[in-house]
Amino acid sequence: MSGAAVKSLCVAVALIIPLAPAQAQAAPNGARQRELVHMVRQDCGSCHGMRLTGGLGPALDAQRLASWPLDALVATIQQGRPGTAMPGWSRFLSAEEAQWIARQLQQGFPQEAP
Amino acid sequence: MKRRTLLAAATGASLGALPGCSAFAPAYGTGDLGVVVERAQGRLAVVNTTDRRLLGEIDGLGDLSHASVVYGRDGAQAYVFGRDGALTQVHLPQRRVLARVQQAGNSIGGAISQDGRLVAAQNYTPGGVRVFDARTLAPVADIPAVYTAADGSQQRSRVVGLADLPGQRFIFSLFDADQIWIADLSRPQEPQITRLTQVGRQPYDALVTPDGRYYVAGLFGQDGLALVDLWEPQPRVRRILDGYGRGEQPLPVYKMPHLRGWAVAGRELWLPAVGRHELLVVEGQRWKETARVPVAGQPVFAMARPDGRQVWVNFALPDYHQVQVIDTVSRRVLRTLQPGKAILHMEFTPRGEAVWISARDSGEVSIVDTASFETLARLAVPEPSGIFFTARAGRMGL
Repeated sequence: MSGAAVKSLCVAVALIIPLAPAQAQAAPNGARQRELVHMVRQDCGSCHGMRLTGGLGPALDAQRLASWPLDALVATIQQGRPGTAMPGWSRFLSAEEAQWIARQLQQGFPQEAP
Repeated sequence: MKRRTLLAAATGASLGALPGCSAFAPAYGTGDLGVVVERAQGRLAVVNTTDRRLLGEIDGLGDLSHASVVYGRDGAQAYVFGRDGALTQVHLPQRRVLARVQQAGNSIGGAISQDGRLVAAQNYTPGGVRVFDARTLAPVADIPAVYTAADGSQQRSRVVGLADLPGQRFIFSLFDADQIWIADLSRPQEPQITRLTQVGRQPYDALVTPDGRYYVAGLFGQDGLALVDLWEPQPRVRRILDGYGRGEQPLPVYKMPHLRGWAVAGRELWLPAVGRHELLVVEGQRWKETARVPVAGQPVFAMARPDGRQVWVNFALPDYHQVQVIDTVSRRVLRTLQPGKAILHMEFTPRGEAVWISARDSGEVSIVDTASFETLARLAVPEPSGIFFTARAGRMGL
């Protein structure tokens, strides 16, 4: 992603975030975390690859995502990226859950428990 | 690894029932065989569609998310295209790997030539098509999908919608370049490329009609499809169904529709709309829309039963616990089935009396009678995705 694109995304984030409803939920619990890992690997995986190595969507490796502002990642997950095939996933995820996923992506996404 | 190979060879040998035959000669035909992709395990389950049972597995195939399979014309050999760019040649009756090449970084599928001698892989990274000798997997041709980007730089596009055409040709679409290319490999070392440009924004998948005459590419970046009549002396692109969702806000697409596995029913094509919970019905002579059928979600696969009387549809999440069956005459939904969690694919038996349906999160393949809609059997398969039967071996565009 180019610097300009990151910048415009950040502007978009600044506009979007204050509109997000304040949610007082805690981080997802263990069972929900397992569901989220499954969802990312399997469902996000249909475009990004089950191993998140990319496909129609870009690779989601920690190396690439670590430099992203966390809020920009969360906004991309929740709102999608207009003009691309990336939809917003907010109907499936709370803000806390999206943030948990974004953090995991930046740290190297966990494998599914066997 | 060596031990596994030996074991696989021993299993194959035990199948050669006639003494004196080659140790690897199968004792039965291949017309009722098939495979189910176990995407997370990197394995194929080999199945028999007459006995409705699992025969065994072929292991060690790498990352099989979005894996697809084409068949050699003997119906015994299959070519598996993995997401990780590996191309593997497997033998179903022997249930073993014959050859394997790491041909790209990220791959999305492939095709086999009319004469069965060339296998082509379509790649995202590096964007292009690579062609291999179907017997040995030795490289034959490399076709980089190079185009000039808006800023004037040379880029490589991701390739989608690859299909075989009569006459040692392959056709494919360039997602990033809005182009469709036809590669003639009648002289395999010197592919002749015909480039069709400005076909419409972001062609994402395509199909070839069963007669090999028409290529239809779905567009993600705009409402409409790109149609090429390959019987014209100078093939060109015509846009059909332009603006089919005019004035409507598209719904989010949580999984891209697939066009391969075409739904040609009689004279009509049944196509998944993008961002709309509808199937589009297109009459295949003048290519005009004749109907729209509302369905339960974003369609992913719309597949005609081989006789064309029914179209079966599965969906993107969150509606992917359902499968709908449409009667192509009345254009009504006949049944809504719930055959498991996360339905990823369906495959009809060669003449369509039954359909096999993979339910990823149920770890199950259901076999459903297409007349009574009774479930005939359920097979336990870990995280099943694509199902591919050997009847594909004799069909163009599969």
